[in-house]
Amino acid sequence: MTIRLGVPSKGRLMEKTFDWFGARGLTLRKNGNDREYAGVVEGVDGVELALLSAGEIPRELAAGRLHLGVTGSDLVREKIAGWDLRLRELAKMGFGGADLVIAVPQSWVDVDTLDDLDAVAAAFRRTHGFRLRIATKYHRLTREFLREHGVADYQLVDSQGATEGVVRNETAEAISDITSTGETLRANGLKILSDGMIHSSQATLFRSGTADWSEAHRATLDALEDKLGF
Amino acid sequence: MMPGPMGAPARAEAARLSAIFEATGAQPVDTSILQPADVLLDLYGEDIRARAYVTADPLRGEMMLRPDFTVPVVRAHMDEGGDPARYTYAGEVFRRQETDPARPIEFLQTGFEIFGGDPAQADAEVFATIAGALDGLDLRPSTGDIGILMAAVRGLRTSEARKGALLRHVWRPRRFRALLDRYSARTPLPAHKKTLLASADPFAEAGPALGRRSRAEVEARIATLRAEADTRPLSEEETALIDMIVDLRETSPNVLSSLRDIAVDMPAIGDAVTGLSRRLDALSARGIDVDTLPFEGSFGRTTLEYYDGFVFGFQSATRADLPPAATGGRYDALTRRLGQGRVVPAVGGVIRPELVVQIREGRA
Repeated sequence: MTIRLGVPSKGRLMEKTFDWFGARGLTLRKNGNDREYAGVVEGVDGVELALLSAGEIPRELAAGRLHLGVTGSDLVREKIAGWDLRLRELAKMGFGGADLVIAVPQSWVDVDTLDDLDAVAAAFRRTHGFRLRIATKYHRLTREFLREHGVADYQLVDSQGATEGVVRNETAEAISDITSTGETLRANGLKILSDGMIHSSQATLFRSGTADWSEAHRATLDALEDKLGF
Repeated sequence: MMPGPMGAPARAEAARLSAIFEATGAQPVDTSILQPADVLLDLYGEDIRARAYVTADPLRGEMMLRPDFTVPVVRAHMDEGGDPARYTYAGEVFRRQETDPARPIEFLQTGFEIFGGDPAQADAEVFATIAGALDGLDLRPSTGDIGILMAAVRGLRTSEARKGALLRHVWRPRRFRALLDRYSARTPLPAHKKTLLASADPFAEAGPALGRRSRAEVEARIATLRAEADTRPLSEEETALIDMIVDLRETSPNVLSSLRDIAVDMPAIGDAVTGLSRRLDALSARGIDVDTLPFEGSFGRTTLEYYDGFVFGFQSATRADLPPAATGGRYDALTRRLGQGRVVPAVGGVIRPELVVQIREGRA
């Protein structure tokens, strides 16, 4: 039976994914022209390729419309409540690495840890009359992390892009964002808290626990896993 | 169509409980299901977003499906209520579930709240009325008193800044513990702080001030850190007494006797301990067997933060997998925050009719 594999539809993440499968003897190819969002997998029978936005792959996996999918481990954790009940990690793929971190202005010389952030949030609320704003698009991961570490008196504000600029624009006091080297953060006058690492993400091959896994589907998966060497 | 989560038996149970509360003279109140989000966010902080459904109205802004009745009932009372007053309510509350799909996202609550009056008597009446309403279900009661820990913190021989920080985190045991360890010098000052405080010019590499938090605010915090570093560590004795209070876990009479011993070294908790003693007398007068009533020093510290005195819960002995069938406590500080400085002593509790029905069916 055919199983559906979802991979990112564009950019470096797509190329690296194609390379990763290629190095294991499987050729991933888009159908026809560049605008097609379907493709083929050569080197194993019964695997259908679907090209999707990396951000949509977690939801499709959780809904069982994809059997397998490649996406960032950060996106799965952010978008799927109780993700580990519904998906399983088959392989960390060693690229697309990025860290979700909490960063504050370098001019906050008194702040190095979450403990400091919490103390500053209390004082900030007293002084300014509103809760210290942390801009992010990773609401759930950030909130869970801060709750677990007992940070209070903050609020999350949504930022879907150019998050490192919000402090300069005074629409937030701190950020929770993805960074690979920290260079963009530094260039924008920010620094990462020494204990502010929320999640170290990389491209990961996930298996859906909710998709149809008949015996025939499983046989296809076994053949694929043999090829991939696990 | 999916069957409704409540069903007729739970509705009937809610009506039975309402009648019991009304028989004490409680006035039935109703509240809107949609509540303004800003009040709840202001009170609970960002954590409430993980527990309540947020929606938006084009004219009114962010709204939440009520996660409980306490806040709207307190607001209504502070606006127009008399003193003393007592209320009862019944209806659905809504809770987002981010981790456990087995937990219900909407369920009934039937509640009973007393504003004003003698605190020990009111505490005892709420507890005894709920215990009576649940009689025959083989429920295990738990009790505690967050006011004792708060009084102990207020009585520490240390700076107001430290007391304020500890009180702010009474409901976050992990950070409370971290602060206590630091203030008692059980954990050393982090290297970053040592460097900062030793530096002749802390701002040498700071760059220009960025964002709404000004240079003056950073300087003020450094002054606070300096004052903190110069404050003597909490004594071993005082830290040990706090540990003892947090770790109390015994029958109420034994806890009362331990607390009286602690109060000899820590007179600040004297009034709170007298309050506990008066409450136990009042409970006993209402027919509660206080000799076996359990008391835990940390009970209620991980719930949403508004209980600041007596706290209690009732858990099924046979269905330990279920959440508590009833919970409640005293929340004087909440009335201060919602009453713009006006404080009315208040205590209340809720019963979950669906759980009562489930427990009763399990025993049938």
